[in-house]
Amino acid sequence: MANPTPRVRMPTQAKAGDVIEVKTLISHEMETGQRRDAEGKPIPRKIIKGFTARFNGKEVFRSDWHPAVSANPYLGFFVRVPEAGTFEFSWFDDDGSVYKSEQKIAIG
Amino acid sequence: MEGFYKDPSRRSVMIAASAAAAAVLLGPRLASATSAQVEAEIAKLYAGKALSEGKIKLDLPTIAENGLVVPLNFEVESAMTDKDHVKAVHVFADGNPNPGVASFYFTPMMPKAAAQFRLRLAQTQNIVAVAEMSDGTLHTAKREVKVTIGGCGG
Repeated sequence: MANPTPRVRMPTQAKAGDVIEVKTLISHEMETGQRRDAEGKPIPRKIIKGFTARFNGKEVFRSDWHPAVSANPYLGFFVRVPEAGTFEFSWFDDDGSVYKSEQKIAIG
Repeated sequence: MEGFYKDPSRRSVMIAASAAAAAVLLGPRLASATSAQVEAEIAKLYAGKALSEGKIKLDLPTIAENGLVVPLNFEVESAMTDKDHVKAVHVFADGNPNPGVASFYFTPMMPKAAAQFRLRLAQTQNIVAVAEMSDGTLHTAKREVKVTIGGCGG
């Protein structure tokens, strides 16, 4: 599969203290390690095993994933926005790669 | 005919044969987790602690046509303040090859302990969620999902 591409949908502007919904999606095959190829050899596991959301450098939400999470993992959650700043979302692959997405939010 | 039923050797042969037939029918399935394994996973995290029902709203389809993509929404009742919030939510499945599904770690920065994601289910099974609150109490919820087409590749 092509390089995993993270996509995040969230508002770019909010009032201080507002609650916003964050929807994230990343393209990834989430190979479970249970499947076999045409010759009967097991296909090695390759999944995204973790996700973190940071706001202005501070961790606000974290999630650990097992192979039971579907391909192209979607994750939706809610956060409170106390001030203007930057959200940094990271996905951690089994192979050590980290995929990142940054979203700025303004107070208005 | 009397002799037929009284003949122990023949009877045991018949029983053995039907058991063998059942084993063949059940044989070529993937090894799957059991509810005992789910309990063992929970015990690994929270050994010896009591779990109470409730507080967790698990939103799952009753029947999932495609086991590869089963949407799950959950929400745990909590004020989500610094003193009283949900620390973690763990989701398990008792009929997949491995019992673990996902864990979520919340902070008071989140207004509600809710998340939505999608999971794979190999067969009809129970989904178990365990929530750990900041005061150390544990809550649990369980839901059965019937799966029409299993989501384990192969």
